[in-house]
Amino acid sequence: MGGFRAPLLPLLLVTPALAIVALLFIYPLGYSVATAFQDKGGAWTLANFATAWSFYARDVGFTAIIIVLSTAIIGVVGIAIGGYLVLGTTPWAVAALAWIYRWPLFVPFIIAAQCMRTFLAKNGLMNNSLIAAGLMPPDAAQGFLDWRGIVITFVWKQAPFATLMISGAMASLDRGTIDAARNLGASRLRILLEIIVPQIRPTLMVALILSSVTMMSVLSVPLMLSGQTPTMMTVQMAYRINQHGDYGVANALGLMSYVMTAAVAWIYLRESLREKRA
Amino acid sequence: MSAVASQWRWLPRALALGVLAYVVFGPLANLLIWSFAEAWYWPNKLPSQWGFRFWEYVFRPTGRVMEALWNSIWIALLTVGVSLAVAVPAGYALARGQLPWRAVIMLAFLLPQAFPSLPVYINIARIFYEFGLNGTVTGVVLVHASHGLVFSVWIATAAFSAIDQELEQAARNLGASALRTFMTVTLPLATPGLIAASIFVFLESLDEFTGSFFVGAPEVKTLPLEMFTASMGGNYQISSITALILLVPSIAFMLVVERFLRGDVLAKVGA
Repeated sequence: MGGFRAPLLPLLLVTPALAIVALLFIYPLGYSVATAFQDKGGAWTLANFATAWSFYARDVGFTAIIIVLSTAIIGVVGIAIGGYLVLGTTPWAVAALAWIYRWPLFVPFIIAAQCMRTFLAKNGLMNNSLIAAGLMPPDAAQGFLDWRGIVITFVWKQAPFATLMISGAMASLDRGTIDAARNLGASRLRILLEIIVPQIRPTLMVALILSSVTMMSVLSVPLMLSGQTPTMMTVQMAYRINQHGDYGVANALGLMSYVMTAAVAWIYLRESLREKRA
Repeated sequence: MSAVASQWRWLPRALALGVLAYVVFGPLANLLIWSFAEAWYWPNKLPSQWGFRFWEYVFRPTGRVMEALWNSIWIALLTVGVSLAVAVPAGYALARGQLPWRAVIMLAFLLPQAFPSLPVYINIARIFYEFGLNGTVTGVVLVHASHGLVFSVWIATAAFSAIDQELEQAARNLGASALRTFMTVTLPLATPGLIAASIFVFLESLDEFTGSFFVGAPEVKTLPLEMFTASMGGNYQISSITALILLVPSIAFMLVVERFLRGDVLAKVGA
C-alpha cells in the first residue's frame, strides 16, 4: 500500500490511543503538580513542601539510598550474568545460567514481596535452611525485614529484567574484537569491563533507568517487607491520602519523586549527548 | 596433579550455579511450602503438619478468593479488549502512515512507565471520584489499559512493521479493497505479535496492585488486593496460595514468550 494518501487518516487512527495517554496520564500528572502548590482552599502556596520536608525528609533520603543501592546491585548482577553468558566457555554452565536467572522476570512485585516476607523472616526458610545445612550457627539468625529486605526483593525481581536487556545487547555485539582480544591473551574479566561494557553502555543505562523508575513506584514491597520508619515515599504518600485525605502533601512528595526520576533521566541525556558529540 | 585438578574443574561453576539457584528458587519454594503448611511454628524448620485444608478453603466456589480471581480475569480480558481496540489502529498507522512527529507520538506511550506512577494514580482516583468511576470495573480497566499501552502500541507497531508490504500490494493488485486487504492479509500476519502484546497487557492487568489499590478498592476486589489483605492479616497460607495462582500465568508466559515474540518483531520494538 505504501502509506496512506491522506495524512489525516493515520492521525485519526492514533487519536484514541493518544487520548488515553492524555486523559489518564498527562492530565492527572499536571493535576498532581498543580495540587502540590495549592492549599485546601485552592490558593497557591509552598506550605505543602514545607510540611512534606519537615515530616518526611528522612523518608526521601531513605528512598534515594534504597533506589541507588538496588540499581547499583542490579547493574553489577546484570553485567556479571550477561558477561558469563557471552564469554562463558562451558556450554552446560551457560545453558544452566540462562535457564535459572530469568525465573523472577514476570513475577509481580507484590508476589515477590509475599515470597520474601516469609523467606527472609528471622524464623523464615532462609535462616532455617542455612542452619539445617550447618552453614550458620542457630544464634546468628537474624531477620532481614527492614531496608535490606526491600533491597533484596527489588534486586531479586528486577535484576532478571535488566539482565535480559544487557545480555541481549552483549549477544548482538561484533564478536571480532572480543575474539581478537582473547587471542592476544586478555583475561575474560578485562574483556568484559574494557571492551564489552563500554559498547553496551546505552542499553545498560536504559535498563537501569527503567528499573529505578519502576522501583520508585512500588508500594507493596516497602509495605510488606518493612513496617519501620523511615520508609519509602510511596508508603508515606499512601498514608497521607488514606489517613488524612491530604492531597497537597501527598502530591508534594509525588513531585519530589518526579524530580528524583527527572534527575536520573537528565544524567542519562547529558551522557548520551556527550557520547554523540565525541 | 593436573589430571586431578581438571577432574574437579566443574566444581566451582556448579557451586556458583547452586547458590544462584538457591537465591532464585528459595523464595518461590517457600511460597509452595507455606501453601501446604497446616501448622508451621517456631522452632520447626519445616511445617509440622501438611495438607490441602487451605486449598479447599481458597477454592470454595463461593469464597472471597474465587470471587477476586474471576474479577481479576474479567478485568484483564476487558483491559486486553480496550488496549487492542486502540493499539491495532494506532500500531498500523505508526507502521505504515506518514505521521508528523512520529517519534514524539511513540515516546508519548512510554510516558506512563517513565514517571513514578503512584502519585498519578492518587490523582486519577480523585478525578474518577467526580465522574463516579472510582470503585468501578470501568475505572480499573481504564487505569490498567493506560499503563499497558506502551506494550500494546509498541509491539503492535513492530508486528505491522515486520510484515512484507509486497504481500499487501499483491492483494490490492488482485482487486481487494484496502479494508479487505487489512482483514485477510495484514491482520492474520500480525497475529502472533498481537497475541504477544495481549499476553503482556493481560499479565500487567492481572498483577497490577497500586492502581487497583487507589482506584478500585474496596469496591472492586482483585486477586492482588485480596492477597495483600490476607498477607497483612497474617494469613500466610491464604496469601501464598493466592500468590501461586497469580504466578502460574506469569511463569508460563516467561517460558513461552520467545515463541510469540519472534526475533524479526522484537528487533523492531520501539523503532
